[in-house]
Amino acid sequence: MQGWYMLTVVGTDRPGIVARVTHALFEGGCDLGEASMMRLGGNFAVMLMVRCEGTARQLRDLVEPVTQPHGLTLHVDRIEGRLHRHVEPDVRVTVTSADRAGIVAQVTGALAEAGFDILNLESDVAGTAERPIYVMAIEGRALEGVPALESALGIIRGQGIDATLTPLDTLIG
Amino acid sequence: MARLELLVYPDTRLRRVAEPVDRFDEALRAFVGALEETMRAGPAAVGIAAPQVGCARRIVIVDASSRPKVRHHGRLVLVNPRITAREDAIVAREGCLSVPDYTGNVERAGRIVLEAHDEYGEERRYEMEGFEARVAQHEIDHLDGFLFIDRLVSRRDLFRRRPSG
Repeated sequence: MQGWYMLTVVGTDRPGIVARVTHALFEGGCDLGEASMMRLGGNFAVMLMVRCEGTARQLRDLVEPVTQPHGLTLHVDRIEGRLHRHVEPDVRVTVTSADRAGIVAQVTGALAEAGFDILNLESDVAGTAERPIYVMAIEGRALEGVPALESALGIIRGQGIDATLTPLDTLIG
Repeated sequence: MARLELLVYPDTRLRRVAEPVDRFDEALRAFVGALEETMRAGPAAVGIAAPQVGCARRIVIVDASSRPKVRHHGRLVLVNPRITAREDAIVAREGCLSVPDYTGNVERAGRIVLEAHDEYGEERRYEMEGFEARVAQHEIDHLDGFLFIDRLVSRRDLFRRRPSG
């Protein structure tokens, strides 16, 4: 039975991870779909939609020979995914602050209450080890309108967090 | 004239460099009408370029008038357009009639000065900013065989400082 799986690979970053994993999948007759891969804190994280005939176990067996010897953790989930299901974000929120515990929970909690549906979130810790700063960019949909998000961010700003909201006007030309 | 067939990436005709227009006649205006009809039939498009319908001529239509709170010059037919000045840089999201089901972030000049002929051959000059300037740059790119997917920036670039210079 052909279906989509979400394959995640995580481990210490080193050159060649993507090439080895995708080569094994190609040799095994799999199709690749949407993916997000990035280096996070010296690790490399792969999230990859894979379509193949066979079970999750068989997909695992295909990839494990190129992940296990390199100490990479492999995880396979059957998903009810499909391609061409993109949803357009209409708002971007950028957040910066001196790093401290609770920023993400506070910001996303306030935004969720104001009807924000997150589609993408990327964050980084920058600055120095002594004085780290937290930087976060979120794209999503304002399901209850932009004014609701603006008032939620107003409360956030009162707590020493810088937050900017930018409506996204996608140009189709 | 009826709606024209839209070319879709990876059609190699989208990569041709378009030729300047030298005759401002009824045939040109009829083509512009059909080009506009094709644009209006699309999903909320704000511009279109002749190469998107397989015509390798330097003709674009820009129309940002559907956007509230956006400074614009209305519906513009720009023939042989040239950008003579660019200022500032903005990163914003774009899609394209010729690249269905994909949008991405692209860096464009925030303000431009543009010279062009209209469909009657009259010389025009426009100072554009923001959304309308982005549309004009997107469409003029088509005349040189470029698509917005050639200019994508990663999401992370949105909040990383760009190198100076």
